[in-house]
Amino acid sequence: MATFHIPEEYYYTKDHEWAQVDENIVTVGVTEFAQQALGEIVYVELPEEGQKVNQGEPFGVVESVKAVSDLYAPVSGTVIEVNTSLTDDPAVLNDNPMNDGWLIRIEMDSEKELANLMRSPDYKKLIAEAK
Amino acid sequence: MSTLRRTILAQEHENAGARMVDFAGWWMPVQYQGLREEHETVRTKVGLFDVSHMGEVWVRGPKSLSTLEWLTTNDVAKLKAGEAQYSLLPNAEGGLVDDIIVYCVTPGQEYLVCVNAANTDKDFAWMNANNRGADITNESHLWSQIAVQGPQARTLLERVFPGHGIVQTPPFHFLKLAFAGQTCWLATTGYTGEAGGEIFVPNSTAVELWRTLLSKGQNLGVAPIGLGARDTLRTEMKYSLYGHEIDDKSNPYAAGLGWVVKPSQKDFIGKTAMVAGKEQGLKKALVGFKMLDKGIPRQGYSLWSKEGQEIGQVTSGTVSPTLDEPIGIAYIATAYQPVDSEFWVDIRGRKAKAKVCKTPFVATKP
Repeated sequence: MATFHIPEEYYYTKDHEWAQVDENIVTVGVTEFAQQALGEIVYVELPEEGQKVNQGEPFGVVESVKAVSDLYAPVSGTVIEVNTSLTDDPAVLNDNPMNDGWLIRIEMDSEKELANLMRSPDYKKLIAEAK
Repeated sequence: MSTLRRTILAQEHENAGARMVDFAGWWMPVQYQGLREEHETVRTKVGLFDVSHMGEVWVRGPKSLSTLEWLTTNDVAKLKAGEAQYSLLPNAEGGLVDDIIVYCVTPGQEYLVCVNAANTDKDFAWMNANNRGADITNESHLWSQIAVQGPQARTLLERVFPGHGIVQTPPFHFLKLAFAGQTCWLATTGYTGEAGGEIFVPNSTAVELWRTLLSKGQNLGVAPIGLGARDTLRTEMKYSLYGHEIDDKSNPYAAGLGWVVKPSQKDFIGKTAMVAGKEQGLKKALVGFKMLDKGIPRQGYSLWSKEGQEIGQVTSGTVSPTLDEPIGIAYIATAYQPVDSEFWVDIRGRKAKAKVCKTPFVATKP
C-alpha cells in the first residue's frame, strides 16, 4: 500500500477532502488518496469568489478521463479565493494535491463545524479500510 | 467482494499492482500504470487485455445455421470456415438483446458466439428459448480470453504462434491453434480499431499464455491494459457498448448498425418491427461530436438546440487520450445528424456548445 502524506494539523472529510485552518480561513483540497483513486484529472470546475458553500454539500467537480466526482465543502462559508490555475492545468491536482493543487479558500461561518471533520488518525483508519 | 467473479488471470493483475474494480459482477483491472499511458501503448505498440469475462456460447449441429439465422441479424450463411462476423441478437420488438461476434468453425455445423459479460446468462437463456433445434452450450466458464491489440500485435502473435500466417490474416478471420498442448482459437477481431486479435484459451493454460505474451513482447513494448483504456479506445472508434449506445429498446438503424441487418436475405426475430421502425422514418441518429466550449460530455447528459428544444442524449463521453480533447457519442434528432451541426450539451446545468464531427475520431490501421 502506498504511503500518503496526511499532515496531522489538517482536518479531513469522509469524501477525501483536506482542510487547513488558519484562524477563520480554511484552505481546501483533495487528499493524495483521492487523487490516486481518481486517476488522471483532466477537468476541474470550481465556484466563483463570493459564492456561499455549505458543509457536506458539493461545491465543484473534478473529472478524470473515466469519471465525474463531486467535491464537498468541509465547512460552510464564503469562497474568498479560487485556484484558477487548475482550470488551465488540472494535472497539478495529480502532481501536488496537498500544496499547489489546493482548490478554494473559504471564510468559515463557524468553527464549531470543525468538530464534524476527521483528524489524521481517523482519516488514516478510513483509507486503510477503503483499500 | 466474495460474490464477485474472478477471471483465471485476476491474480496476475493483482500481482502487477493493477487497480481492480467490480465490472458487471467481475473483479477486473481498470488500470495498471495509468489510463493515458495504457491507451497510448495500444495506439503505438501493443497491449494485452484480459477479456475472460466475455461469454462463449457454442452453437452446434445440423440446425446450427438455421437457428443462428433466426437468432441474429447478419447473414450467417455467407460465413466460410474460419470467418467471423459482427452481428446483433434482436428481441421480438426489434430492439437488441446484445451485440455479438459469430465465428464459423464449420459452416452449417459449428459456430462460436462471443457475447458481452453482463449479458451472458440473459443471452444464453434467450438463445435457448428461441432455439430452432441446434445444440447450444454455454462454455463461458471453461474459456479465458486475451485480446492482443496494437500496431505490433501481429508481430507478437506470430512469435507466440509461429507458422500460421497470422501476419497475413485479414481482420474478421479465425484460426485454430495449439498452445501448451491445448486447442486455442485466435480471431483477428478486437475493440480498439487496431490490428491484432482475440485468443480464446482454455482456463488451464491462460496464465501461461498471458505470461508468454508479456515476455515475448517485451522488446515490442507490450503492457497489460485495463478496462479504463479499453473504453477510451473503443469510444475513439465510435464502437457501440451495450448499455450505452444500444440496449433492448434500440433500433439498430438509428444506432448506425444497419450494415449488419440483412432483412432482404432472411427472416429473423423482430425483423418486422425493426424494419418498420426504419420505414416510418428514424427520429434520431447516433453521431460523434466534439466540444466547442469547455466541458466533458458524459452518458445521460441532454442535448439542446439553439431554440431551446431538447434534441438528444449523450451515450458515451470522455477525453480522448489520442486527441487530448473531449469527445462524445450521442443520439441526436436526425435534422442535426450532418457533420458540423451545432448544438448544446447540458453539463450539470451549464449549456456548452458542441458540434457533430466525422467518426471514427481517430484513424487506425486494423
